[in-house]
Amino acid sequence: MATRALDFAPRHEAPHLAAARETAYSTPLAEFEMTDPELWRTDTHWPYFERLRDEDPVHYHANGRFGPYWSVTRYADIMAVDTNHAQFSSDAHLGGITAKDMDQDFILPMFIAMDQPKHDVQRKAVSPIVSPANLANLEVLIRERAQTIFDNLPRGETFDWVDRVSVELTTQMLATLFDFPWEDRRLLTYWSDTATADDTVPGNKTKAEREAVMLECLMYFTRLWNERVNAEPRGDLVSMLAHNPATRDMVPMEYLGNLLLLIVGGNDTTRNSITGGLTFMAANPNEWAKARANPALIESMVPEIIRYQTPLAHMRRTALVDVELSGKTIRKGDRVVMWYVSGNRDERAIADPDAFVIDRARPRQHLSFGFGIHRCVGNRLAELQLKIVWEEILKRFPTIEVMGPPKRVASAFVKGYESLPVRIPA
Amino acid sequence: MAKITYIAADGGTRTLEVDDGVSLMEAAVSNGVPGIDGDCGGNCACATCHVYVDAAWLAASGERSEMEVAMLDFAEGVEPNSRLACQIVASAAVDGIIVRTPVSQH
Repeated sequence: MATRALDFAPRHEAPHLAAARETAYSTPLAEFEMTDPELWRTDTHWPYFERLRDEDPVHYHANGRFGPYWSVTRYADIMAVDTNHAQFSSDAHLGGITAKDMDQDFILPMFIAMDQPKHDVQRKAVSPIVSPANLANLEVLIRERAQTIFDNLPRGETFDWVDRVSVELTTQMLATLFDFPWEDRRLLTYWSDTATADDTVPGNKTKAEREAVMLECLMYFTRLWNERVNAEPRGDLVSMLAHNPATRDMVPMEYLGNLLLLIVGGNDTTRNSITGGLTFMAANPNEWAKARANPALIESMVPEIIRYQTPLAHMRRTALVDVELSGKTIRKGDRVVMWYVSGNRDERAIADPDAFVIDRARPRQHLSFGFGIHRCVGNRLAELQLKIVWEEILKRFPTIEVMGPPKRVASAFVKGYESLPVRIPA
Repeated sequence: MAKITYIAADGGTRTLEVDDGVSLMEAAVSNGVPGIDGDCGGNCACATCHVYVDAAWLAASGERSEMEVAMLDFAEGVEPNSRLACQIVASAAVDGIIVRTPVSQH
């Protein structure tokens, strides 16, 4: 096992988890609330999931803060739910794909929160943007931009990796995919963060405020739609949606829903894997040394980062019928939360799952992208971005010092970082 | 035991002797056959073991399940002879089968 240089390393045995472990093992399971934003802000959910996996892997929370729900925490059970789209629905009108129901007075239809057959046709309208041929075109551009970002980082002073690298790179990528006005590109970040923020967390926008921002997003994109719907079809996502028969007649809220899906899916997740990857590599200097000595390991290091980060902690389904799952009866209408973050640390499926190992066997068998018909449509693009990031980092920097703990997002859905202070030695 | 031949997009050929009951995906991954990933471990849930079955062997390879049809729907470059290798299991019926792998799976 690698030595941990930093006491805030994201590991079960890290000191900040000792107290959480005691609490987790002395609290009755009936009082567990895995969607509590504090568990996520403080990164203390790990021992709770460990206990659920061991003692009650399909657990019913009768008093959930968003209503009752099932927590599915083992890899194999998550796979069973994720691949059973006939019995477990993603439909927004039944609550959608997060533990917290989609607001039924502000439904944002998006293909991730639809069932067959409509899901399939809308997904296919956007999937060409991440085809292997298009990715080959994007690779050169992504690399040039990554190089520019890395070459302009300060030396010998502390700066925020999230802002300067993770957000900047992923926002540039997203602006390119949308052919979004370059000078306004940070609006995409703002809309993404606003859309996923938990409105029960103090300091976050209220429901009404959030909806107002979402409508601003819709107005902005409606202008882009109107410019492009009457022009020749082009390769950007807005033009693709405006011209594809499956999506060109979408009502405004459906357009907004699919936009937000692509903005969040193409932004938050990769951003947080870029930040997470640096914290894991910095905390495991042996792994950094291995990658530097043999950059070919980036191929397996990228999926390992995505497993270890699990940028979306969960996905939710709603049971359409009574279903048996590992000895429990899930009733029609029940909320079922698949905790990918837990399944990715399930030693029943993954050897030594709490270790970050860049050359582990079968690194791609993680749950972070989901499995089944809703599997992440942009997974190849995400991997490409991470691959380029690490190729360019390892070429340039013998080390990057993490100067303090990251500030984490208080959300049980987007498992991410608000900031991470780092320093590149002069 | 069945003889399985994999032909890569670049023409490279590998032939394996595969025990009955083992899927063509599992055999490929275990033996480092390029072009097959099998991210979901054989659950018909990721479409990263997409192969093109040689025309002469298509009937012998069996029928696509509903789930396989759904997953292939999102794969790249799907043809009428496309299958997921995790859904074809070695047996006497497919002894000698030839499958081609696409340029990329992920």
